[in-house]
Amino acid sequence: MTPSSPPPRSLTYLDYNATTPVLPSVAAAVTAALGDFGNPSSVHTAGRKARAAVEGAREAVAEMSGAPVQQVIFTSGGTEANVLALRGLAAAARCSAVLASGVEHASVLAEIPESARLAVDQDGRIDIQALEAELKHRAKPVLITVMLANNETGVIQPIDKVVALARAYGALVHCDAVQAAGKIPVDLKALGVDSVSLSAHKIGGLKGVGALVLRAGLEIAADLSGGGQERRRRAGTENVLGIIGFGAAARETKTLLAQAGRIADLRKSLEDAVLQTPAVQIFSSTVARLGNTSCFALKGVSSETQVMRLDLAGVAVSAGSACSSGKIAPSHVLLAMGMPAADATSAIRVSLGWETTADDISAFLKAWRPLVEQI
Amino acid sequence: MSNVSPNSLGLEKTPQETRVVVAMSGGVDSSVVAALLKSQGYDVVGLTMQLYDHGAATAKSKTCCAGQDIYDARRVSDLIGIPHYVVDYETTFKADVMDRFADGYIHGETPVPCVLCNQTVKFRDLLKAAKDLGADALATGHYVQRLEGEAGPELHRAYEDDRDQSYFLFTTTRDQLDFVRFPLGGMGKRETRELGEKFGLHVAAKPDSQDICFVPNGDYASVIRRLRPDAAIGGEIVHVDGRVLGRHEGVIHFTVGQRKGLGVGGEAEPLYVVRIEPEAARIIAGPKEALLRQSFRLHGVNWLGAGTKPPEEGIAVHVKLRNTHKPIAATIFGEATDRTGARVVLAEPEAAVTPGQACVFYDGLRVLGGGWIARETNVTHQPHNLRRQSAAAGQVSV
Repeated sequence: MTPSSPPPRSLTYLDYNATTPVLPSVAAAVTAALGDFGNPSSVHTAGRKARAAVEGAREAVAEMSGAPVQQVIFTSGGTEANVLALRGLAAAARCSAVLASGVEHASVLAEIPESARLAVDQDGRIDIQALEAELKHRAKPVLITVMLANNETGVIQPIDKVVALARAYGALVHCDAVQAAGKIPVDLKALGVDSVSLSAHKIGGLKGVGALVLRAGLEIAADLSGGGQERRRRAGTENVLGIIGFGAAARETKTLLAQAGRIADLRKSLEDAVLQTPAVQIFSSTVARLGNTSCFALKGVSSETQVMRLDLAGVAVSAGSACSSGKIAPSHVLLAMGMPAADATSAIRVSLGWETTADDISAFLKAWRPLVEQI
Repeated sequence: MSNVSPNSLGLEKTPQETRVVVAMSGGVDSSVVAALLKSQGYDVVGLTMQLYDHGAATAKSKTCCAGQDIYDARRVSDLIGIPHYVVDYETTFKADVMDRFADGYIHGETPVPCVLCNQTVKFRDLLKAAKDLGADALATGHYVQRLEGEAGPELHRAYEDDRDQSYFLFTTTRDQLDFVRFPLGGMGKRETRELGEKFGLHVAAKPDSQDICFVPNGDYASVIRRLRPDAAIGGEIVHVDGRVLGRHEGVIHFTVGQRKGLGVGGEAEPLYVVRIEPEAARIIAGPKEALLRQSFRLHGVNWLGAGTKPPEEGIAVHVKLRNTHKPIAATIFGEATDRTGARVVLAEPEAAVTPGQACVFYDGLRVLGGGWIARETNVTHQPHNLRRQSAAAGQVSV
């Protein structure tokens, strides 16, 4: 048998929080640069051309995130940006601890001991009182890491309250804005945080590139050392094509944000429809959420079954967090919110984006409704 | 492959309209099943069960849970162009297979975890998952045949005798048999590997799995100790004549019929484990004759013959007491009070009647079901009475 692609199944893509389609302007910019192979560290013409492209992208990312240009550090993605922030800021500022809530991304939680995990409320928002209690008894300074918006529920964290507490207790705040970027404004100065992590492929760029941006004057210790790239804060030859694509996507941020209202309307029509089923519970629907994300349980049908059946019907959604085996584990976010395991294991995440139309919502509902009959 | 009839699975639909879930283990057999059905035009969906944390089982720290087998199943699915998913049965596999495996040894039995897995995880949970995905059938790579009989589908031994896996499938119920398909049952292993080559599967020459999947190096005792940390209670090794011969480090290390590893020397004749008494942590050893049994009870009987249970007046069959043994003549007596209980009377006494192992019934090539060999709670035998019955059984041609 010769290799063949799976049978054509018309694809309804509703998994924007996992990754997004590549924006046409990104594809054009990357394609145009494919012939340029210079190393940005080289002195010669080819090197200077590559450097110019990287610096142009840096300006675009600085512009989209409200950070000084020289404080944009390109990384291999959101995970590396988070790890660099947590290790590098804590080391440079000699922090006594790094605190985070249990709904943070796996790349953050892997850096935080259980004893430094903060509780969240039933909607998944960080418990401000618990944070203050921790800050009171820890030696200064402490680094607090908090995501701007949750990847699974879309819940927007009360960053202003975290920042106010941090100021009172001399703490630093790192903000993981990977999932928020392109969906709500992300401005380092407006947020009042010390650093922000970003990922290109969540906003129409390529996979394998992201950035950590720092407020003016903040110093950080490198996690990867070697060459002097990124002002000695991140060694390694730059992912030039990825960075060019990131820059192109960053320049489209306003276009993406302008879609937020339309996308939120589509989500409302989706949620209104699924709520006709009594067995549906939408998580965190009464608090501030990203307008594109809907996380809901269909009680009595496992997440696994829902994701597989929807995929076989040509609809892409996700559930929980996938292990490298591909098995679906219950969402650590929903469990941290105190949801019963039975609810957490029957939840799926539907996330919309700029190419989503009302037809996609109809296609989802058509594929989803037969699942209700399985209860 | 182009001439295969469209209803090769016995379903009144075109292959294109027939969704078949294939239980893909990552080995050559189930990979060939998937490729074969795909080549026949079926709507094939591959499912691979995640049964245990591979890293933990092989004592490597912090490797992710995926083993090589999931990788292989995924690559085969990519090649043949079918959707493939991994379903997580870690919790149920631990409760229904691993824990029961450990508890079997602790209770002085020698369990067959592959049967438990087929009975629970595979033909209960995976079968339900297949139905949930809208499948018309669940196909596996087992070497066993499902043949249409007058009263519905029947289970038969594989075409190639030394590949036959019917011993491990005796718990398959009639309802399950309705839904499952075994496309390799009529083939030999060589044919399977040739098909694997023909389909260009990278697993075509992959060695057959050996041992018990969650006991990778054969050290089952260490698996039991991990599952049941306080299981290893030492005790006495006692001769059938009452003499204490020595001490042992826990009944989990012994199997009825075992000769090696008793650590008892100086006896005139070779000694075997005759009986395990877990309550007293006692191993009873004796000469080979002391092992011989002609009658024993079964529990958990699955009956695939006529009626809903083995006839109380007895039915002459052949039985297998171990997967590797040849079938031997016996009579099965159903019980009046317990549909899942039965008594087996062998035509000739046997030394391999091991509690916890399966006793599978055959009528020629057809599988009539089977049951679990129960531990003797009353060790008083009645060889005299039973000899008459077994002689009668021996006269009946099966």
